[in-house]
Amino acid sequence: MTALLQVKGLKVQVEDNEILHGLDLTVNAGEVHAIMGPNGSGKSTLSHVIAGKPGYEVTGGEILFKGEDLLAMEPDERAAKGVFLAFQYPMEIPGVATMTFLRTALNAQRKARGEAELSTPEFLKKVREVSARLNVPQDMLKRGVNVGFSGGEKKRNEVLQMALFEPSLCILDEMDSGLDIDALRVAADGVNALRSKDRAMVVITHYQRLLNYIVPDFVHVMSKGRVVKSGSKDLALELEKSGYAQFEEKAA
Amino acid sequence: MNIAATAAAGTPPADVFAAARDRLPGEGPVATARKAAFEDFTSRGLPHRRIEEWKYTDLRALLRAVAPLAPVPGDAALALAAKAQAAIGIENATRLTLVDGVLAPKLSDLASLPKGVRVRSLRESLTAGAVDLLKTTFAADAMISFNGAMATDGVLVEVDDGVTLERPLYIAHVATASSASSVTRSKITIGKKARVTLVESFVAAGATAYQVHDQVDISVGDDSELQHIRLMEDARDAANITTAAFTLGARVKLNTFGLNQGAAVSRYQGFISFLGEDSELSTNGVNLLGGRRHADTTLVVNHAVPNCTSREIFRAVLDDQSRSVFQGRIIVQQDAQKTDGKMMTRALLLSDEAEADNKPELEIFADDVACGHGATAGALDEELLFYLRARGLPENEAQSLLISAFVGEAIESIVDDGLRELAITTAERWLAARG
Repeated sequence: MTALLQVKGLKVQVEDNEILHGLDLTVNAGEVHAIMGPNGSGKSTLSHVIAGKPGYEVTGGEILFKGEDLLAMEPDERAAKGVFLAFQYPMEIPGVATMTFLRTALNAQRKARGEAELSTPEFLKKVREVSARLNVPQDMLKRGVNVGFSGGEKKRNEVLQMALFEPSLCILDEMDSGLDIDALRVAADGVNALRSKDRAMVVITHYQRLLNYIVPDFVHVMSKGRVVKSGSKDLALELEKSGYAQFEEKAA
Repeated sequence: MNIAATAAAGTPPADVFAAARDRLPGEGPVATARKAAFEDFTSRGLPHRRIEEWKYTDLRALLRAVAPLAPVPGDAALALAAKAQAAIGIENATRLTLVDGVLAPKLSDLASLPKGVRVRSLRESLTAGAVDLLKTTFAADAMISFNGAMATDGVLVEVDDGVTLERPLYIAHVATASSASSVTRSKITIGKKARVTLVESFVAAGATAYQVHDQVDISVGDDSELQHIRLMEDARDAANITTAAFTLGARVKLNTFGLNQGAAVSRYQGFISFLGEDSELSTNGVNLLGGRRHADTTLVVNHAVPNCTSREIFRAVLDDQSRSVFQGRIIVQQDAQKTDGKMMTRALLLSDEAEADNKPELEIFADDVACGHGATAGALDEELLFYLRARGLPENEAQSLLISAFVGEAIESIVDDGLRELAITTAERWLAARG
């Protein structure tokens, strides 16, 4: 069986600074992987490169998604193929109503996959169903995208999109940043509800705390642009006790 | 350089006036006033960059010369105009149509005017000797003088006290003659306690490289409301030079919106004066420009009395090598205490070669006022674009969504549902054509 995501020997630089120095990662459908590491270890860079954010230069290695060359695709093609990046800081888009945004995005993805676009009633039905399941209040959908949303609301909006677009790979970039414990629990519940045997998740986090709520199958420790250790969920607990320092020395 | 360019462009100005002489209505004092106005135009010459009000819009470089007057439209021209006018999509309106600067009764609803509305043509009034119609008191410049000298026709509309118009009044300017000028002057007089929606549109019916020279003088009586919508869709190589004056009585609500996506060169200069207390002005506009188009919006808002509010919101979306100019001046006279005047203008630059010039000015002589202005210019936010693309929107769709949102705030100011939809559709068409 082809792995859902294969990152092989990935080297990435930003303005002549190499940030990832040959990173390997394999994620199969149904698995939840956590990537932990200190600030500056390259966790967010990895998530951005997978999603196709401009400004990063890949100088070596490859990323295969369902066996296809992901790096050859535009960001929107990757989304249509089933890659979803939940942003650490979701953007506010004044003047674009959340409903318009969701519908435009969903239909753009469907169109790219050669599926029929949803009519307004079909779309509304789907949004209502998904938002009810995730306890997202209807008035949030009427406002501009993320405009005036609290940190928790923004993350819930990301989870709502994840549920609506039904991607096969979800990358959650520092989902816990800026959230209090209650908001974190709500967002994590939303994510857990989306776990399935067909969908994989990569949870990027600095702190072990998030992994109490989203329990991973595998934990990888990144340091200085490489995965320096991989293990089970117990590795996260070990890190919580001993910190990242041991790995930083190892990587150096 | 300028002299050479003028000569190269063909007819020198004096010939333009002489050639048009038989076409210009009015004798005696009217003819004398025209001659004086033309002499003023000739002595000033086309406005250029050393004249402060025109520093970003140098007509000597951009226009080079005024074009000769368009011929009187014949049946073929009127048929073309009718088709072009229908394509704009303004329905259920009281039409007043000017084709090549001449009122076209066949394309106007003169026989079915609403109760309390009277319309005459400028031509018949000038022929009857109404010389004051050619005079301008609120400002003076070469183009105002040119208009005073050469105005061939226009509409004089009076709306009685207490009249609420169910349907918009719709003045359509249609050009069918290429490389020619249409010179029009209109006057709209709205009584007290009236409610009016006025739409003006500018389109081409097959004409190229033509010039529109228009002036409109609008007065709004106490306790009245006016919505004014201006849609400028002139040909890509045309010029449109318009002067508009608004004088507002007490407790007036004036809401204006302009959408400009045409003409190689355009200048819209608006002079808005508060002459009665407790009036509110909301004036808004959107420029959607590409190619090498140049659009100038110059507004002078004069608070002469206390307790009035003015709001200006302008947005420009600039592609290729286009250029958008916004000059906004708010004058608060010494007596105009408690004035609340604000303007905000923002430009979105879609190309490195596009240019936005903003010149806000506040001239405040009263001491108890709240006035402010703001201006920004910038490219589309890369982070926002990536967010949308990461959600599946192709690059052009992501850009279009952000551009629509950018102009949305100004378009949302249109009160009339149908006209707001029309403005949105027009803007969407521009975005779609961008590709």
